[in-house]
Amino acid sequence: MENQLAVTNVPFSVRFMRAWRRDKLLWLLITPGLLFVLVFAYFPMYGLVIAFQNFSPYKGIGGSTWVGFAHFQDFFQSSDFWRLIKNTVLISLYTLIFGFPIPILLAIVLNEINTKWFKRVVQTVSYLPYFISVVVVCGMIKDFLNPSTGVINHFIELLGGEPIYFLTRPEYFKPIYVISQIWQTMGWNSIIYLAAVAGIDQGLYEAATIDGASRIKMIWHITLPSILPTVSIMLIMNMGSILSVGYEKIILLYNDATLSSADVISTYVYRRGLVQAEYSFGAAVGLFQNVINFTLVVAANYIVRHLTESSLW
Amino acid sequence: MKRVSFGDKVFTIFCYFFCVLLFIVTLYPFIYTVSGSFSGNIALTRGDVWLFPVDPTLEAYKAVFNDESIWTAYGNTIWYVVVGTAIGLVLTILTAYPLSRRTFAARKPISLILAFTMFFSGGTIPLYLLVQQLGLLDTRWSIVLPGAVSVWNVILMRTFFQSLPEELIEAATIDGCSEFRILLQIVLPLSMSIIAVIILYIAVAQWNGFFSALIYLRDPTKYPLQLKLREVLIQYDTRNMENNPGAAFLDQQKQIGISVRHATIIVSILPIICVYPFLQKYFVKGVMVGAIKG
Repeated sequence: MENQLAVTNVPFSVRFMRAWRRDKLLWLLITPGLLFVLVFAYFPMYGLVIAFQNFSPYKGIGGSTWVGFAHFQDFFQSSDFWRLIKNTVLISLYTLIFGFPIPILLAIVLNEINTKWFKRVVQTVSYLPYFISVVVVCGMIKDFLNPSTGVINHFIELLGGEPIYFLTRPEYFKPIYVISQIWQTMGWNSIIYLAAVAGIDQGLYEAATIDGASRIKMIWHITLPSILPTVSIMLIMNMGSILSVGYEKIILLYNDATLSSADVISTYVYRRGLVQAEYSFGAAVGLFQNVINFTLVVAANYIVRHLTESSLW
Repeated sequence: MKRVSFGDKVFTIFCYFFCVLLFIVTLYPFIYTVSGSFSGNIALTRGDVWLFPVDPTLEAYKAVFNDESIWTAYGNTIWYVVVGTAIGLVLTILTAYPLSRRTFAARKPISLILAFTMFFSGGTIPLYLLVQQLGLLDTRWSIVLPGAVSVWNVILMRTFFQSLPEELIEAATIDGCSEFRILLQIVLPLSMSIIAVIILYIAVAQWNGFFSALIYLRDPTKYPLQLKLREVLIQYDTRNMENNPGAAFLDQQKQIGISVRHATIIVSILPIICVYPFLQKYFVKGVMVGAIKG
């Protein structure tokens, strides 16, 4: 403390030189990483100016003509706009509604298991799908749902039903996406709740046991209230990313027949911007999505900070 | 001995039942795929395979092992994993260490510069154009360089460095140790667990990644395994959007057998399945370190 007070009396230039001499090596160490971030994260942000141009790769950013908000207007007025918003929000919401409670339930249930080896085996197995690549997961989905050879349709036939062409029917796309998403992430997402549950004061449970409380009562009155802060943080953070549905799985699973219910903003950017090489239009749609995401995430972080007095950073 | 009430017993049974159900739901797709890879195509098509292989055969694996393009892709992926992890790890350490030093004057502004990129990015298209401008398009570097510094990993590592006892570093500074030696001889030897976590995160991401290869690579001899898998697993039929009519026709000609698809899946996830049980605790540790801040 005394040191800091003394420092403020010294002129800025002297302080600067002192800091520089002291930090020289640290600057040397951090430069490569900083350079990477500037080039691969900040330069593309500057590159977003092409959203306001008719960018041509031959003319470059300097030589391309400016068109203002024309691409944004095109996007907002296109028939795709509401379909994309609807699909993106719905896929996020379904994932949230059905996928969010399961890891919490899993953590609470695992906490009730007293057989150590059993608990460990279940945990290990439940994290496994998280490490399987999205291509393999989609390959499995395609195999399992195949109308003539897939195990699910064999099962339907066994029950006397007709095989269903799951992947060419728009109404099945969102359920397939959400269920496979839950399958892949439920175990992994439970880790954070398990940690929260493990942090609960065991004395509370002992006291409750003496008072004759049942297990379910204890979960309701001790476990759930104790992990509520973690739950609400996770919920808010999830709400913040409601408009950022990943493109990878959708690109692998959708086709012309399911486009109406599968196409989200990020896949649209990929298809129009890269596959059809409409760089400026794609960049404009991407920018629209990023601005909304940014706003939502900052808002989420703000709410979390006020709830917990501790920000993310 | 405590008396256990009837309600509690029912509840405990429910918990075990839930876990067993989860266990089956998670594992069944893998078991089915393994069985499918050892089964005959006719049995698979008829729907005879449920749990165990039917008409056991190694034909599918023979087909996979004879397909040279899969091994080329395998080799490429190993290159991407090794080079990507090496570059990523070094950069992460170098960036995280100065940020963990409380005396570093530029700590706050640089942290802010890094953190901002987690909230906002230029997006796919400007990044693609940048990679193109840098002349990285269709080179191996396009796979490892753009994502080399993951800010999330930097924050994980910085948080860990900060948890080390400050006195150690202070004592070393007083002894006239340079920052470089402090990092190499004091901080890193104490940080092996977080280094393992970061290595695993980067390596798994590289092993599983396909999107950057999809947009940056044209030359099939540079394709990583995941892109090859996409060909085998996703594009074998004609309905996929990315297929052009000509290629679709070709695909129909050489219909890839179902069991071969299963075998390809197994061959590609085997390395992860094999090392996973031993490394799982490191992954979980990463989540915990992250959770302190999250």
